[in-house]
Amino acid sequence: MVECKEAAGCCCGENVSEEELMLRLDECIAEYKDKPGGLIPALQTAQAIFGYLPEAVLLKISAGFDKSYSEVAGVVGFYSFFSTQPRGRNTVRVCLGTACYVRGGKQILESLKKELGVDVGETTEDREFTLEVARCFGACGLAPVITVNDEVHQRVKPSGLREILCQYKQQEAGEAAHAE
Amino acid sequence: MKLTVNNIPVEAPEGATILEAARLAGVRIPTFCHLPGIHSVGACRVCLVEVDGQRDMAASCVMPAGEGMKVRTNTRRVREARRTVVELMLSEHDGECQTCIRNDNCELQALARELGISNIAYEGEKTNATLDTSTFGLVRDSGKCVMCRRCVTVCNEIQGVGALFPQKRGFKTVIGPAFTRQLDEVTCVQCGQCAAVCPVGAISEKDQIEEVWAALEDPNKYCIVQTAPAIRAALGECFGYPPGTRVTGQMVTALKRLGFDDVFDTDFSADLTIMEEGTELLTRLKKALVEKDASVALPMFTSCSPGWISYMEHFYPEMLANLSTCKSPQQMMGAVVKTYYAEKIGKKPEDICMVSIMPCTAKKYEAARDEMNDSGVQDVDIVLTTRELGRMITQAGIDFRALPESVMDAPLGISTGAADIFANTGGVMEAALRTAYEIITGRELPFGNLHVTPVAGLDGVKEASIKIEGAAPDWSFLEGVTVNVAVAHGLGNARKVIQRIKSGEAQYHFVEVMTCPGGCIGGGGQPRLTDDSVRLARIKAIYEEDEHKTLRKSHDNPAVKKLYEEYLGVPLGKVSHHILHTKYTKRERV
Repeated sequence: MVECKEAAGCCCGENVSEEELMLRLDECIAEYKDKPGGLIPALQTAQAIFGYLPEAVLLKISAGFDKSYSEVAGVVGFYSFFSTQPRGRNTVRVCLGTACYVRGGKQILESLKKELGVDVGETTEDREFTLEVARCFGACGLAPVITVNDEVHQRVKPSGLREILCQYKQQEAGEAAHAE
Repeated sequence: MKLTVNNIPVEAPEGATILEAARLAGVRIPTFCHLPGIHSVGACRVCLVEVDGQRDMAASCVMPAGEGMKVRTNTRRVREARRTVVELMLSEHDGECQTCIRNDNCELQALARELGISNIAYEGEKTNATLDTSTFGLVRDSGKCVMCRRCVTVCNEIQGVGALFPQKRGFKTVIGPAFTRQLDEVTCVQCGQCAAVCPVGAISEKDQIEEVWAALEDPNKYCIVQTAPAIRAALGECFGYPPGTRVTGQMVTALKRLGFDDVFDTDFSADLTIMEEGTELLTRLKKALVEKDASVALPMFTSCSPGWISYMEHFYPEMLANLSTCKSPQQMMGAVVKTYYAEKIGKKPEDICMVSIMPCTAKKYEAARDEMNDSGVQDVDIVLTTRELGRMITQAGIDFRALPESVMDAPLGISTGAADIFANTGGVMEAALRTAYEIITGRELPFGNLHVTPVAGLDGVKEASIKIEGAAPDWSFLEGVTVNVAVAHGLGNARKVIQRIKSGEAQYHFVEVMTCPGGCIGGGGQPRLTDDSVRLARIKAIYEEDEHKTLRKSHDNPAVKKLYEEYLGVPLGKVSHHILHTKYTKRERV
């Protein structure tokens, strides 16, 4: 599942108008509404379009699929992949699998919470970062590991976190961050 | 198909479940979430049995019986598994039994008793209970919910409303509206069918008994009660009578002993509804057929059932013009009492407390609608369901079974048999046809004993066609016209009718819709548990009530005639328009 790519890849940042996004949503609904089990892929696509699943989008999907809003909400609430909160343009995941945990993953997470000022599952106010935890990326030999979007950072230390985060701010936020 | 249940040989029909086979063998397997014919999902695991040769126990409500199967329902393993399942449910359940609205009428209590549970071995974490009192009709207490999902099935599949669905996951699962919304923030029509099937106290009517006591004790209030036609065929069940026992006379005595000054009959205003609604239908037909007015909305839908009105406002606002503008009988009574009758007895409308006894939770909402105050104050003050009236009579220490019978008060307690049958599906249609046909042709409706049998019974959608022959001169435009009617009960069935109308597949002139399966006799406020056998028993009682009346056609009601002479003038006249008709509002679908 390429969830992180879909979820974080194309939200905000791009200069796409709201109408354009809604048109894409209409296409997505038209594509899936008559397919059996089409609700979940439609929600995945919608989340990829908007970065998250705002109420207006869910209401539109509910109407388009002729399914009750409570059912759509039930599906969204069941899968942790779906988010009804705006997400950051970068997703930071801290591994808390066994190897990373014993090599300091927990301290990495605590430091990240402090550095970003958010709790797990939350997004920074400037919508730069969403913080999540994960259970093993299969890189135990490199523990402790964090990922930012699709990139793996190995043997991270609390003191090196700010530098890692800065790279992403710089990449996407442009000159303003660079000057800091 | 032959199998054995506890060594008892039994022959079960193809497709039967183990549960059904066991019943044929005279073996009772306890069930909890199971609602025959409606909801079989094997969610609660109370009906577990052992099948020889199978390692795991099976949920007998969903497991098909098989040839040669050896089923055991009463082994130590089965008994202990069932107890564990129920103990786990009880460990999460907010068991405030003594103060719960379902005290002594709770399926979970009964199950614990049946399984002999003497202590709960598990002390588990409790979920965060939320109490939703946002609507007029219903209260949801998630702490008491046992996740049986009966309400979800009924709300989504029978009613097609979809206000309730499992939210979140695992231990955090809540059965409720989308995300953390309350019922009044979503498309809930307050029909109360969820409350009617809830096995515990997680969804129930909003109890207003105390408000009624307060009104009865207030020396400045003149208290009038009206009882819907469906109550008389069901109230007895609260006092141990079998379903379908007619208790009209005892009910009237009980209401007088509770202290009401007048006991009136919603039957009276049902007769009045027929006069108004029948005239409205004929007026629409005339406009469409004679004046060729294309703007006339046909078919006309009945408007007695407030859940149905909400459903239309939320789901099909483009068809609101098709709804009859007639208020429901409850609201007509409220408006007539606080205008015509108030003048007669020299009271101000604000000094009258109008209480309704309804089989319905949505009636609580209807009474509170902004537009229902044509007397200058709220026309109906308090609505009690059948269940609340049962509890109130018990609280008052009235021995219902020992009560003598008495009759409703005049003039607004006088009614015809046509009004009684408003209680069941097909009844409003039959009552309307009894009057309309006779107005048009001057002859009685040509059906045996006046019963329009094609629209009776429990089929979800029923149709009939009546050819008008020998129309009186005033109605000659209807000569030879075949009037097509349809009847639907349960909103899921109503939706099917609407879709057929929209697609052009069906062309009706008049459609009766009742929100609840079986009509008001199966309403969300009726004694639990209502299955089809109970529905049929109550319907039979209602038809008996009709047949026992001297007058069986609404236009023959002398008190209604007098009301027109003294106050209203003519049906659809100026006064009627003001106090007996209403309008509807497009609402959001969420």
